[in-house]
Amino acid sequence: MKICVDLVRCQLHGQCAIAAPKLFSFGEDGKLQWVEQVDESARREAEEAADVCPEQAITIED
Amino acid sequence: MIGHVLVVGASLSGLRLAEQLRGLGHTGPITIAGAETRMPYNRPPLSKDVLTGDDDETALVQSLSFRLRPSLDDVTWKLGATAVACDLTLREVSFADGSTLSYDALAITTGLSPRRVPLPGGEKDRYVLRTLDGALALRARLVAGARLAVIGAGFIGCEVAASARKRGLAVTMIETFEAPMQRAIGLTAGQAMQALHRSEGIDFRLRAKIAGFIDRGDGHLDGIRLESGEVIACDLAVEAVGSTANTQWLAGNGLDLSDGVLCDNAMRVEGRADVVAAGDIARFPNLFADEVPRRIEHWTIPGFTAKRAAESLIKEMVQGSFAPVPAFWSDQHGLRLQSYGSPSLGDASELLEGSLCPGDMRRQGAALGYRRAGRMIGVVLIGLPAGRLAHYRNLVEVGRET
Ligand SMILES: Cc1cc2nc3c(=O)[nH]c(=O)nc-3n(C[C@H](O)[C@H](O)[C@H](O)COP(=O)(O)OP(=O)(O)OC[C@H]3O[C@@H](n4cnc5c(N)ncnc54)[C@H](O)[C@@H]3O)c2cc1C
Ligand code: SF4
Repeated sequence: MKICVDLVRCQLHGQCAIAAPKLFSFGEDGKLQWVEQVDESARREAEEAADVCPEQAITIED
Repeated sequence: MIGHVLVVGASLSGLRLAEQLRGLGHTGPITIAGAETRMPYNRPPLSKDVLTGDDDETALVQSLSFRLRPSLDDVTWKLGATAVACDLTLREVSFADGSTLSYDALAITTGLSPRRVPLPGGEKDRYVLRTLDGALALRARLVAGARLAVIGAGFIGCEVAASARKRGLAVTMIETFEAPMQRAIGLTAGQAMQALHRSEGIDFRLRAKIAGFIDRGDGHLDGIRLESGEVIACDLAVEAVGSTANTQWLAGNGLDLSDGVLCDNAMRVEGRADVVAAGDIARFPNLFADEVPRRIEHWTIPGFTAKRAAESLIKEMVQGSFAPVPAFWSDQHGLRLQSYGSPSLGDASELLEGSLCPGDMRRQGAALGYRRAGRMIGVVLIGLPAGRLAHYRNLVEVGRET
């Protein structure tokens, strides 16, 4: 399963990092970092991050 | 098994509730009924990008509509259907077109409607903002040089003012409080935001009350008279004076509808096992703050409360106490405001970083902490990157009572 973030849509709200801190974080440079390849056990967390993103920037590809 | 779940209100909360029910393994029928004819869409851009941009209706529907999970493929949508009555004993909801639907479990997600200023005059030039159609109608009037009066300097009012200014309108904000957004972020931060708005050319009338709308005699607006006697000449007005909960259809069931729908900490409506509420309409005790039931009008709350409500319907799954940390954001004049926790409940605030002077605030940003009886209950960041929120969030978490 792959987590994609549309960086054109992303407005750096950081809601994803609140909902799924293991998958999303911010680097020293302020840029969004995320784990791209995750296994099935992280699906719920990834979906939660996608749901809380106010810009609908996060998609999950199977 | 809970049988047929009827969700009334087809927006963010209704959508999330249905998704959560499916996620929790409910395979029975779900109907989502909503007054708007559109599929659920995202409202925050309505006062921001929708007003400043030029995308047409088709493009906006495309970008604002929420993505639908495949798990909702078999949900029945009843759109353009306004619920007008409900019988919680018979378990039946009636709609404006005369149709009725019965249910085994009911989810209330009918949200809010903008409050109107209860004075006549100039009706053809008075706008409110809650729906995409409302935003499109307002945008059509945002032409450079026009004079706009924004009544109410809360978040939506401030965002509309900033967006209209960007389009070249002359904007005056009229507010009863001492500073914009004062209830939400306090006087100090409110005054800093006011200075920012002023530096962008927006005028303020604070501690001001409206005495009347001056009509040209044909339903169009000539100006607004304040109680001080001053007249604000304007071509159009936006009423952003808060909202009322859409509870009319629930009347007659003996519920406490004094401010939204009263829920317990499990999002059950007054303890009923078969009726839940979520989102802007739900007044619930959030143990993050205390046991006082309150409504929270933030985008992140529908997600949290819908999940909790879905768990409650699938009864045995609701566990522990529910204490979602409120969070919201706002965009004004290119600055992002981020709030975490409940700054409005604070009794004192302090500057944690940066500066509140307009020029410096633009360059360095600012972070404020809000304390309630010593405990850090909220933070507000203005013009700081999201990474800083991660830092300040921890200060709020620490203060949390368990
Ligand atoms: C212009 C604007 C800007 C915003 N900006 C931000 C922001 O920047 N940050 C932030 O955190 N939050 C923001 N919000 C708040 C956020 O959008 C709301 O918290 C969210 O929409 C609440 O979702 P909801 O589903 O509970 O209610 P709503 O979105 O109000 O949905 C309720 C739905 O129920 C329908 N309905 C009402 N009555 C009936 C009835 N009797 N029968 C059937 N259907 C009915 C309505 O038509 C509506 O579609 C903004 C809101 C607006 C309006
Ligand atoms: S929540 Fe969405 S917009 Fe915010 S940082 Fe994450 S991906 Fe970007």
